[in-house]
Amino acid sequence: MLIRRPKSWELKENQTTPEKLYMNRRQIIAGLGLASGAVTSCAQATTKPDIPGRKLDFSSSKYKIDEPSTPYDLVTSYNNFYEFGTDKSDPAKYAHTLITDPWSIEVEGHAAKTGTFALEDIIRPEEQEERIYRLRCVEAWSMVIPWVGVPLHKVLARFEPTSKAKYVQFVTKFEPKQMRGTRWPALDWPYLEGLRMDEAMNELPLLATGLYGHEIPKQNGAPLRLVVPWKYGFKSIKSIVKIRFVEEEPKTSWKKSAPREYGFYSNVNPLIDHPRWSQASERVLGGAAGFNSVFSRRPTDMFNGYGDAVASLYAGMDLKRDY
Amino acid sequence: MSKLWDRWGKPLVFVALALPLLWLLWQWGLLFVGKPGALGANPIEATNRFLGDTALRVLLLTLAVTPFRDITGWIKITKLRRMIGLFTFFYVALHLTSYFGMDLWFSLSALLKDIAKRTYITLGMIAFGLLIPLALTSTNGMIRRLGPKRWRRLHMLVYPIAMLGVLHHFLMIKGNQPAPWVHFAILAVLLGWRIVKWYQRNKASGKA
Repeated sequence: MLIRRPKSWELKENQTTPEKLYMNRRQIIAGLGLASGAVTSCAQATTKPDIPGRKLDFSSSKYKIDEPSTPYDLVTSYNNFYEFGTDKSDPAKYAHTLITDPWSIEVEGHAAKTGTFALEDIIRPEEQEERIYRLRCVEAWSMVIPWVGVPLHKVLARFEPTSKAKYVQFVTKFEPKQMRGTRWPALDWPYLEGLRMDEAMNELPLLATGLYGHEIPKQNGAPLRLVVPWKYGFKSIKSIVKIRFVEEEPKTSWKKSAPREYGFYSNVNPLIDHPRWSQASERVLGGAAGFNSVFSRRPTDMFNGYGDAVASLYAGMDLKRDY
Repeated sequence: MSKLWDRWGKPLVFVALALPLLWLLWQWGLLFVGKPGALGANPIEATNRFLGDTALRVLLLTLAVTPFRDITGWIKITKLRRMIGLFTFFYVALHLTSYFGMDLWFSLSALLKDIAKRTYITLGMIAFGLLIPLALTSTNGMIRRLGPKRWRRLHMLVYPIAMLGVLHHFLMIKGNQPAPWVHFAILAVLLGWRIVKWYQRNKASGKA
């Protein structure tokens, strides 16, 4: 008999919002605003954005955090995407120059099916699902983001990696004409990231194509980005153009830039401080609407709260050494 | 023109140097009433950064007064130097307060831990500590009491303070960002100019 034990980060059935309520959420919030002048400003903050971009088809999933999502405006205006500039507001200002259609992805290395694939041939719309994950940046802030995407393991399995594929490396697009930030050597371009194969084949990593039910904006890594929720945000590489199955631990950009500060694994870990700041807690950006949210902090969870799904990947490893 | 400057120059510069703070207060006001402002998703970080940048820029401005006077021959500008210098101290103090208050919740033990552990904070605190005697001795009475020679020697501390400030900026950012390089370049010009002048003066007095 199959006994399914819900994991700690899974939403209980009775905690989900009924679809009807969810679909009417804007009217409900707007109604609240009319009823009380005091919350009008908050209501505007969450209802104002008419989310740009094509609406996506997707199914819901069990991967949800029972906390209010960070407002769309904030998720799309506060980004680390150094290819468009090192200021958090730069990507929203300058990423529009990136050409995302057509988009192709090169698949190389130890796999049966390699070559250049069009984005449409890699992402099957019927496999898209919504997952609400907490994103914990290495800079000690976090957001709660409703992504739309396809589980990474489903996509990778289609390339039929061989037994020699011990790691998978990802590469971001590098096109100085379209990405003005790359004219300055903030990092050694192109941006590189990677996962160990068992990490990549875990159920949690998502190849995201959308945000808040719509096409993902360019400043957030259009048209295809990785989301690895138990690792610091920089592991979740944006605007992917290359996937490489390799035998040795691949080079990753931040480790190359400052190996003492950023390791290959970069799992969220409140016990291991960044040399220049504490990782014990994090600022919750715009979590609860209103002025008080400016000061809201929460203690950082081991593996960003996803330990049930991933802790076993690191059994026997010294996380202090392999940070 | 000259009369107009004598009457309005100082208050005008005062208001100009207060503008960054007024802008910041305005942005916090917008935040308080729930209107979108320029502080973005992380207002505390934005505030710390803005105050730090402003402090460093006003410090560079202070150091620009003397070269500006020598190049333009406009001696009167020197009268503004004390005020600009005190504004530097003011913004550094605000920067420290915003970090100590909004980041550390005024926890003295957290501050001491940060100072001991994190090099960029150690350097920043040293710079602040060195600024205190300069601010305290900025009155006419103190200049008289110390005597101009000793006073001038004491105020040479502004050079290491500026270097510490730029280094503090370099060490706190992630990756290789352009902003600290801009500050570094400006400081290099301002200090380089002084070295050249000092060298020329020495050569001249050596001949005589």
